[in-house]
Amino acid sequence: MAESPLDVLLKGNSGRTTRGLLRFIILATIAAAAVSSRLFSVIRFESIIHEFDPWFNFRATKYLVQHGFESFWDWFDDRTWHPLGRVTGGTLYPGLMVTSGVIYHVLRFLTIPVDIRNICVLLAPGFSGLTALAMYFLTCEMTTSPSAGLLAAAFMGIVPGYISRSVAGSYDNEAIAIFLLVFTFFLWIKAVKNGSIMWGALAALFYGYMVSAWGGYVFITNLIPLHVFVLLCMGRYSSRIYISYTTWYALGTLASMQIPFVGFLPIRNSDHMSALGVFGLIQLVAFADFVRGFIPGKHFQRLLTTMIIVVFGVAFVGLVVLTVSGVIAPWSGRFYSLWDTGYAKIHIPIIASVSEHQPTAWPAFFFDLNFLIWLFPAGVYMCFRDLKDEHVFVIIYSVLASYFAGVMVRLMLTLTPIVCVAAALALSTILDTYVFATNGPNPRAKANEDTSSEGLRSARKPDVGITSYFSKTVMTSSVVVYLLLFVAHCTWVTSNAYSSPSVVLASRMPDGSQHIIDDYREAYYWLRQNTAHNAKIMSWWDYGYQIGGMADRPTLVDNNTWNNTHIATVGKAMSSREEVSYPILRQHDVDYVLVVFGGLLGYSGDDINKFLWMVRIAEGIWPDEVKERDFFTARGEYRVDDGATPTMRNSLMYKMSYHNFNSMFQPGQAVDRVRGSRLPAEGPQLSTLEEAFTSENWIIRIYKVKDLDNLGRDHNTAVAFDKGNKRKRATKRKGPRVLRTE
Amino acid sequence: MPSASSSASGASLSSGPKTLTTNSSIYDIAHTVWQQYLATTPQRTLLLDAFMAFLVLVGGVQFVYCVLAGNYPFNAFLSGFCAAVGQFVLTASLRMQTSGSSTSTSTSSVGSGAKGKGKKGISVEGGAEEGAVSHERAFADYVFGSLILHFFCINFIN
Repeated sequence: MAESPLDVLLKGNSGRTTRGLLRFIILATIAAAAVSSRLFSVIRFESIIHEFDPWFNFRATKYLVQHGFESFWDWFDDRTWHPLGRVTGGTLYPGLMVTSGVIYHVLRFLTIPVDIRNICVLLAPGFSGLTALAMYFLTCEMTTSPSAGLLAAAFMGIVPGYISRSVAGSYDNEAIAIFLLVFTFFLWIKAVKNGSIMWGALAALFYGYMVSAWGGYVFITNLIPLHVFVLLCMGRYSSRIYISYTTWYALGTLASMQIPFVGFLPIRNSDHMSALGVFGLIQLVAFADFVRGFIPGKHFQRLLTTMIIVVFGVAFVGLVVLTVSGVIAPWSGRFYSLWDTGYAKIHIPIIASVSEHQPTAWPAFFFDLNFLIWLFPAGVYMCFRDLKDEHVFVIIYSVLASYFAGVMVRLMLTLTPIVCVAAALALSTILDTYVFATNGPNPRAKANEDTSSEGLRSARKPDVGITSYFSKTVMTSSVVVYLLLFVAHCTWVTSNAYSSPSVVLASRMPDGSQHIIDDYREAYYWLRQNTAHNAKIMSWWDYGYQIGGMADRPTLVDNNTWNNTHIATVGKAMSSREEVSYPILRQHDVDYVLVVFGGLLGYSGDDINKFLWMVRIAEGIWPDEVKERDFFTARGEYRVDDGATPTMRNSLMYKMSYHNFNSMFQPGQAVDRVRGSRLPAEGPQLSTLEEAFTSENWIIRIYKVKDLDNLGRDHNTAVAFDKGNKRKRATKRKGPRVLRTE
Repeated sequence: MPSASSSASGASLSSGPKTLTTNSSIYDIAHTVWQQYLATTPQRTLLLDAFMAFLVLVGGVQFVYCVLAGNYPFNAFLSGFCAAVGQFVLTASLRMQTSGSSTSTSTSSVGSGAKGKGKKGISVEGGAEEGAVSHERAFADYVFGSLILHFFCINFIN
């Protein structure tokens, strides 16, 4: 970018259009960068759906595309949660599937035949480009400096905290939800600033879309009322706030109730009560404001205080009465776990067992946000300097989101947008202060496209400030260095940490070449090819969606986890002795049992490591049949080797995992490479199941449940008989020989 | 539960004079408020106010019915009630935008002045922005909001 011609362009009347064009080009570049940095996984592996939940979304999308919207809405799925089934249409957030369905049909209409899978894979990157755009708009509302918006858009495009949930193939609700979140906030800020019904209604519409897409909409539901409440407490009531909030609430609540899964929650659930309370409050405030116009101050004040006390008392009593009497549902478990981090561990093991519901470790903040995390407080401070309504919003948002992000790893996602806004505010202030009205720093800022263009723009502002070239150079170059480091860090994190599909594993061979471990798909494909269409597969719930999506077989439990008892039943079957488990398997029509075992390869995310959660969840329902204590040795160790407890060694999970594992090694040499322990010399004996399939690296092992014995024996004796027969024959052969020698 | 808000505002309407009974000049104040209201409000705004009162009545009747006769078609009740509340709110917004742009800004600036901390600049700016909303624009917004509202209500009514 040469300097002088641009300067000519930027002067005079054509300056505005030039800058507009530049801004447009920069935004387009940012969007392109956001999309392309998420394609690592597609390039490294292939266009494949990742992880667990996306497989369900993918399956649901295929159903939607095949059967149409009506039947998708009333979809009852009898191929999951086997005996029970699931009212899928009424228990999902349809926004994601409908979005990709619409895109699919639009493309079809334009005669561009694109496979639905590719749409699903690329939806998240596509929406991340839009998120960067929405971020630009949101930040531009916060400040007059246009550079802040561009910086925020660039940050949002490549920040790892957001990439973690939106790489190509991670076809999850968050893929579109973050865009909707940011855009709803933008519309809300716009509504507050303009006080027009239109912006409020648009915010409500996008809020409705958000509700249809992600359960995290509750964050918006509580943040906007809180914003209004704080503004009211600061004595900033104005008709703009009344108009925007009431419009948003009245329309948004109605919109959210259109989603069957949400249904009456907005008027029943305590999570939504704050919005309603603020709605009532703002009516009162508006009325009070209205009355104040007619009576002198003193009477009015007395009137006001009495009114406030009465109304709050009535509302509080009403809320308590309704909650106690059960009209309003009590706070949901996940909500409690937000306030009391120990809550989930004690009361709801199934919530605690999900790794993304764990509290965040502090390095994760730096890992996901890099230098934005220390610009973040500075940006929030900037908001305090000129405290307009929208800055109050930023402050509230940042306080709340920081807290939530500290409680749950997953909520880092909601923190990321505001960190980008605040950091961009701080950084643009620095740059505006140090880079202006000179031709010195611009060549140095050339390295980064954002800073350079932004430097040019801020060059327009006549201002007093730092004039020494030295300080300017130092500041600008250090900022540029930080930005470059940030880009390098983001790329590194994205390519190393967040681009693994986790369905396909990659490892390095000793010579450095890549080795693909494809056991999951191998096993699921085996199921698809070799089992009956209605064969029921039992596995731990983590793999339910994948089995449904890839193997197309009915499962007992899946990642939806709506029925804790059913999951506990599976946990009990896995953690009990065979004699106990077999009737359970029979009762649930189980044909095959699938376990994940990483002992051969050293794959740590296997079922033995998850086993304690199965035990805990089962213990929650059958405390006297399954006891967590029995799986630990007397010294409190969780062991799988010789020192393992009898309960552990007799459990179905243990037997299935280590069945025949000895045969891979020389006698007595069997080593579990995950737990790093030597296994007992004699492997476990399975009598009620038989091995049906084991994948190449033993990651997936599938067992067939034996039918009842032909002769009416129980399986133990049948197996013993088979073995005994052989042994007898051997001794028979031996016998005569012995006789002969005598 | 939206009922609570409107009934609360209704209660405040009636409780306004009641709380003043502890004071000396209740009736006078209420009377002067009413007189002033009638005197200062233009005809068009009065029409809007009448409509709002009607909506409060409709919502109140539905709520009473729900309490007395049970909430069996809950969807229908909710959408009817929400329609009333939403329309009330939208009308109130329209009224704020069209009628008292001068009075509302003056009151708001008074309010911020009373609470201090130097937010006068903001309230002034707010007033300027409110002034920017023309009556036609406000009415168009109102129609837009109402259309969305009733679309959702009809969709929800089953």
